[in-house]
Amino acid sequence: MNSSPLIKVQNLEKTYRDDGEPTPALRGISFSVNNGEFVAIMGPSGCGKSTLLHILGFLDRQTEGAYEFEGRFMDSYTDEELAHVRNKKMGFVFQTFNLLPRLTVLENVKLPLLYSGIKESFWNEKAKQAIESVGLRHRMDHMSSKLSGGEKQRVAIARALVNDPQVIFADEPTGNLDSKSGQAVMSTIQKLNIEDKRTIILITHETYTAEHAQRVIRLLDGKVESDKPVDNRRKSNEFEK
Amino acid sequence: MILRYTLKAAISGLQTHKSRSLLTILGIVIGVAAIMIVMSLGQGAQNLILSEIESIGSKTIVVVPGRQPKGPSDIISTLITDSLKQRDLEALKIKSNVPHLDDIMPVVFGSDSVARGNETYRPTIFGMTDLFAKIYGVYPSEGRLFDNDEVKSYSDVVVLGSKVKDQLFGADDAVGEKVRIKGKNFRVIGVFGQKGQLSFMNVDEFIAMPYTTAQQYLFGIKYFNRIIVEADTEANVPQTVYDITATLRNSHNITDPTKDDFFIQTQAQAMETVGSITSIITLFLAAVAAISLVVGGIGIMNIMLVSVTERTREIGLRKALGATNKNILSQFLIEAIILTALGGFIGIALGTAVSFGASYVLTHFLNLAWLFSFPVFAAALGIGVSAVVGLVFGIYPAYRASRLSPTEALRHE
Repeated sequence: MNSSPLIKVQNLEKTYRDDGEPTPALRGISFSVNNGEFVAIMGPSGCGKSTLLHILGFLDRQTEGAYEFEGRFMDSYTDEELAHVRNKKMGFVFQTFNLLPRLTVLENVKLPLLYSGIKESFWNEKAKQAIESVGLRHRMDHMSSKLSGGEKQRVAIARALVNDPQVIFADEPTGNLDSKSGQAVMSTIQKLNIEDKRTIILITHETYTAEHAQRVIRLLDGKVESDKPVDNRRKSNEFEK
Repeated sequence: MILRYTLKAAISGLQTHKSRSLLTILGIVIGVAAIMIVMSLGQGAQNLILSEIESIGSKTIVVVPGRQPKGPSDIISTLITDSLKQRDLEALKIKSNVPHLDDIMPVVFGSDSVARGNETYRPTIFGMTDLFAKIYGVYPSEGRLFDNDEVKSYSDVVVLGSKVKDQLFGADDAVGEKVRIKGKNFRVIGVFGQKGQLSFMNVDEFIAMPYTTAQQYLFGIKYFNRIIVEADTEANVPQTVYDITATLRNSHNITDPTKDDFFIQTQAQAMETVGSITSIITLFLAAVAAISLVVGGIGIMNIMLVSVTERTREIGLRKALGATNKNILSQFLIEAIILTALGGFIGIALGTAVSFGASYVLTHFLNLAWLFSFPVFAAALGIGVSAVVGLVFGIYPAYRASRLSPTEALRHE
């Protein structure tokens, strides 16, 4: 792998000024993530982990400090370029799945391809591949609103995978799932890291979930409290059908 | 290719809010339908009037006394001007003056009571010659029309319009009977068949008699209200108009054309005038109808703003997945345009149905020679304008959607 890190943040700060009163969410955060790493970010609610993930995922810009993605500073990207990078190199998995309920599984997974510039004739094949890789081939033409929570999240993972991204950002992916579905989802995510060598940045407040990662960064009040490797990395069994 | 998916997304969005979408586009529907109806009926009215003018015949030239009317007072003055006299008629009849003149007929008209026994009726009385039948293609269905000798000899003969006959005689035979006008007896020699409106007169409600008789016994005048000239061919109409003008100016000692005490109407000219007047009226009415399109557009804007708010999360998600501001903008714009275009199509269908119904009523119940016409131009205009309305009123909501911050949008409940 490349010796320079995929993600590097230095003294990252983010201050919201919604009601005139500045509210700091991040107060100088520094770390880097190498290509192929699986990092979990933990912390109590309000510690700034979602804010951090949004900035890392090019959905928001920092107020102070520097963020380099693949050696290029985020400040040098236009909004349109950010959208392009999000589409090509990043995949997102949300706590609330964020599937479009009126679309089928296949159509939901195709969504990122709409903005990719990839020829339409490849869309079906790519989307089907992604759906198969999360084990939902038999649900392909179901309406996404009819699926169980765990299935919905795996559709969301397939959607994140469809453009073959380098890094996957997962924001509490098991937060709305029962433990069994949660385990299945974590097993799918871990597989993406171990087998496909994809970089994973995972946000969670559950230690159990975080232990699937190689390294855990704990945040407290907008600062890094600790940044340690996971001693006994939890290896998921195959829960998929 | 994205367009197809955007279209699909927009249509499914509209399907989920069927009744809301329908109510939203009602303004557009009404606007487009109103334009369609106005333009269709306008065109129908124009065709009707033009076909009546056409019935005068393309070789017919009408000489009217007085100045070319520029306003209502001028029109009244054409009725009392005595500038067209017998010597003008004689001058026009001279072959070297108007070589292409085929036939000529002076006309006088007025209104008076006609009585038969206790029955009275007040029709329009036309003094004319037998040329009338040839020019307008109207012949008596019973009896005959007076001939040239009867015109020359001031004969007391009349031909009745069908309604006049019905009023005075009912089912009785009229031919050979007598009617009284101004205390004088006239012999009925013919009755016209039912004909209806014919250019400036309603044949059913008039009485025809030799112009000489009408001048002498009824109106007591020596001038004519019209002189009607038939040119030998349609191609010679302009030359004939020119010759008539020159002859009459000479006869009236007029050197300054602005001082003309007569003017000349031809079929082509009348059609042009009527055509442009009805077109202006139609366009004006359509413009009024178009105002409702603006109102409809505001409705579209309102509902699109609601839609943007409702779908904030979806917008955030699409942005996270790589949609640019432009992608979002075009998605919402297309949706607005689909809404209005749909309204446009429904409006065209509705407008067509209503104007067809109106033309059915006009032909079947009012006996007008009305032809339904589908205004292609109005249909194209309706679709075009409603799409533009969608574009104009959709752009602000779409812009709002495109400017949403992805993080805020994703956090939206």
